[in-house]
Amino acid sequence: MNIMFYVLLLFILIAAVIAVETKNLLSSVICIGAIGFGVSIMFLFLRAPDIAITQIVVEVLGLIILIRATISRDLTFISGDKEFFGTVVSVVIIFMIFLVGIRVFDTIPEFGQPTFAQAHNPASETYIEDGLEKTGAANIIASIILDFRAYDTLGEATVLFTSIIGATVILRRKSRKALGELE
Amino acid sequence: MKGMTVIVKTISSWVKVLIILFGIYIILFGHLTPGGGFAGGVILASSYVMLMLAFGREFVQKDLPLSLDSKLDCLGAVAFAMIAVLGYVFGKSFFDNFLSQFGRHLRLISSGTIPLSNIAIGLKVGASLFLVIFILSTFRRDSSDDKQE
Repeated sequence: MNIMFYVLLLFILIAAVIAVETKNLLSSVICIGAIGFGVSIMFLFLRAPDIAITQIVVEVLGLIILIRATISRDLTFISGDKEFFGTVVSVVIIFMIFLVGIRVFDTIPEFGQPTFAQAHNPASETYIEDGLEKTGAANIIASIILDFRAYDTLGEATVLFTSIIGATVILRRKSRKALGELE
Repeated sequence: MKGMTVIVKTISSWVKVLIILFGIYIILFGHLTPGGGFAGGVILASSYVMLMLAFGREFVQKDLPLSLDSKLDCLGAVAFAMIAVLGYVFGKSFFDNFLSQFGRHLRLISSGTIPLSNIAIGLKVGASLFLVIFILSTFRRDSSDDKQE
């Protein structure tokens, strides 16, 4: 399973590099789709089918929107050379992130044993043991996001609702004022 | 945008029933199997996006007008908030699962307010995602019209 995990990780990394480096906008979008499907297969191997379903469905929808948005544009080729100074700065920043990343990897907990579960009297054990009794839901994820942690879901729904209202108002065909003048 | 060829239209009109059924299944069984309101809502929205791509925007607008769509969006949001407030009225606190002992474990009718919240979130997510995609495509066509003029 570990080998599969690393193969998928390599696939995702290669797709990400191609998506950034390619000149054609459409192939860049397709590479982003490949990243999303790789991530969803990864979630499936990590035994998180809920997130895998959501990831694959959102990926399909986002890919459709991106392809519709890019395929009709005339200017699908990105041109221009990178300047020397910018390249040096980005290489230095990436090197520093790499150095810090090595330190972070040393302190990361063992795979499959999160730090939350090692604390004294952790909340996750309560969810796993009492989730069925207290909420009656067989799916622990549903019992957490809609019962124990329902405030988070309410906040998410509010964010979605507000952003949709904003998009509707900004992209509306005619403003209300112009409609009033027409009448 | 008049839609695609006859092959695409025929197949998408067959497949749309299966996709909508799968989305409803994901929403209704969210408390028993993987899935839930968000994933099922996105599946419902993607079925309508497929119809929009295959048949054109006018066909979908006849079936699901924008005003109805935004009303469904608001209905889902209000229903989810009302479930939370009902927990305050009938139970002990905000978002209290006041129906949790209703029904038997591992059955479709169980776990109190969780399936109801799933239905509300599914309605809300599906309607709002379809709304934003529809509006984005309308916006794109309008701006291209302006360029031609």
